[in-house]
Amino acid sequence: MDSGRDSQTAEPNAIETIALTRCFGDMTAVDHIDLRVPYGQIFGLLGPNGAGKSTTIKMLTTLLVPTSGTALVAGFDVAKRPAEVRRRIGYVPQMLSADGALTGQENLMLSAKLYGMARADRNSRVSEALQFMGLSEAAGKLVKTYSGGMIRRLEVAQAMLHRPTVLFLDEPTIGLDPVARHTVLDRLRDLRRDFNTTILITTHDMDEADALCDVLALMHLGKVAVTGKPADLKATLGPDATLDDVFVHYSGASIEEGGNFHDIRQTRRTASRLG
Amino acid sequence: MTSARPAELPAALADASHFLDFFREITAIAQVELKKLFRDPTELFSRAVQPVLWLVIFGKVFSKVRGIPTGNVSYLAFMTPGILAQSVLFTAIFYGIAVIWERDLGIVHKLLVSPAHRTSLVIGKAVSAGFRGLVQTFIIYLIALALRIQINWNPLDILGVLFAVALGAATFSTFSLIIACIVKSRERFMGIGQVLTMPLFFASNAIYPLAMMPNWLQVVAVLNPLTYLVDALRGIMIRGGQSVHPLPLDLAVMALILLLLASIAAKLYPTLVQ
Ligand SMILES: Nc1ncnc2c1ncn2[C@@H]1O[C@H](COP(=O)(O)OP(=O)(O)OP(=O)(O)O)[C@@H](O)[C@H]1O
Ligand SMILES: [Mg+2]
Repeated sequence: MDSGRDSQTAEPNAIETIALTRCFGDMTAVDHIDLRVPYGQIFGLLGPNGAGKSTTIKMLTTLLVPTSGTALVAGFDVAKRPAEVRRRIGYVPQMLSADGALTGQENLMLSAKLYGMARADRNSRVSEALQFMGLSEAAGKLVKTYSGGMIRRLEVAQAMLHRPTVLFLDEPTIGLDPVARHTVLDRLRDLRRDFNTTILITTHDMDEADALCDVLALMHLGKVAVTGKPADLKATLGPDATLDDVFVHYSGASIEEGGNFHDIRQTRRTASRLG
Repeated sequence: MTSARPAELPAALADASHFLDFFREITAIAQVELKKLFRDPTELFSRAVQPVLWLVIFGKVFSKVRGIPTGNVSYLAFMTPGILAQSVLFTAIFYGIAVIWERDLGIVHKLLVSPAHRTSLVIGKAVSAGFRGLVQTFIIYLIALALRIQINWNPLDILGVLFAVALGAATFSTFSLIIACIVKSRERFMGIGQVLTMPLFFASNAIYPLAMMPNWLQVVAVLNPLTYLVDALRGIMIRGGQSVHPLPLDLAVMALILLLLASIAAKLYPTLVQ
């Protein structure tokens, strides 16, 4: 095990937050959340628009500094040891973010260099990742000619290139057709199986969450409303309850409050880039 | 996971490996930027239009004005280094727009979750702006040749011109990056960019000597990095051209400003996504 980790517990989790909080002005986007994700788990973060999912992911990926509370990722404190955390994580942002002016191969090569991969390994790792995501054919084409599904696959390839311990994906399947969606989800399962990659994913698709995730947390207004295995969450609401019912039960009462213009615009923009 | 961390290596080795890290990261960023530039060079050529107008129209007309003391060179030759510096400034100062664009697309987010040093990300951008400046220099030399301006062909001096231009472009683009990190939106950036460029240009020695300016403007010009770029170029680009300061001084001032701006930019760059 790595020395110098910040984790105190005997069996550390891949992700561990204690009272993690982020405010924007006097608005509290993430409000004292406690998450525990063991290594190798696929963990789903659900919740209505504006619940604080992306803000949570941005803190865990060191993009946003927490206002208070702590978060350990792969054993390191995101605020105190961000460089150690960055080496061990991969991130697929909510928006489609591959560089359209570069080819798929060039996008990955840039990552390979920024992650300090040895020159000898770069080419093989890049073509391996492209092949894994089914993009070998398109590797030499400019990303702006890719379809939305191809861009998402490229982004997963980019995020897994350096074999991260923890992979964060913010709505990776938004706007994808069913085939593209299943390709992405299948590859995530493969990553967990082959490399024991811990995966934290957000989604608005309850079927997807149900089928993919070992454990779910439902966020609402910055707080974690409930955490549990999909089956257990459904069971508490009755024998025929679906995950949709769980979602509505914990957030439906005030679903209108969540999400403001900014979120909607963000989502639209993502959707239109995909379209 | 990772092999020996720098702390476990002897200090000297650790420094060397840090230096190599920086170098690898900077070249990776700069390489990508240049690839994009040459893939779509229309911008480079459209940027060449303005200097042509300045030299051919403004320069020709003002050559008739005898009141501007230009030493032993013609007014056109006097202003050529100024127009090169201007075209470098006008291009580099809008560099921040591209950075805001990259932020809106999430490209900046990805760079920032990588373990690359924030300083490398900023300097990589500056280096690519520097290369872009070299292409502009080439274009200005062509125009100057067409206008029969007495160019100084001494290879060492040409190297000096290239170095000064790259340094200047890196400085202005880093300044632009800082503004981008502060305003964070393209609309606001355009506004500020427009407001900044003309004063920077006129409060410099680009098209008239410092000595001709009113005192208050001279004070502003001395604080203006463009003045040092123009002064450096004026000494070495044109045959018989004279600079006010020695070349090393001009270059040192620019390098110092660049260093200061780059360290500010490295601090501000991560706030672009917050
Ligand atoms: N940079 C910011 N400045 C101000 N407010 C912000 C900022 N980022 C997020 N917020 C606000 O914080 C709240 C949580 O936003 P966040 O993006 O985390 O929600 P989300 O759960 O990811 O929603 P969605 O499902 O729409 O992606 C929202 O009300 C949002 O407007
Ligand atoms: Mg979100």
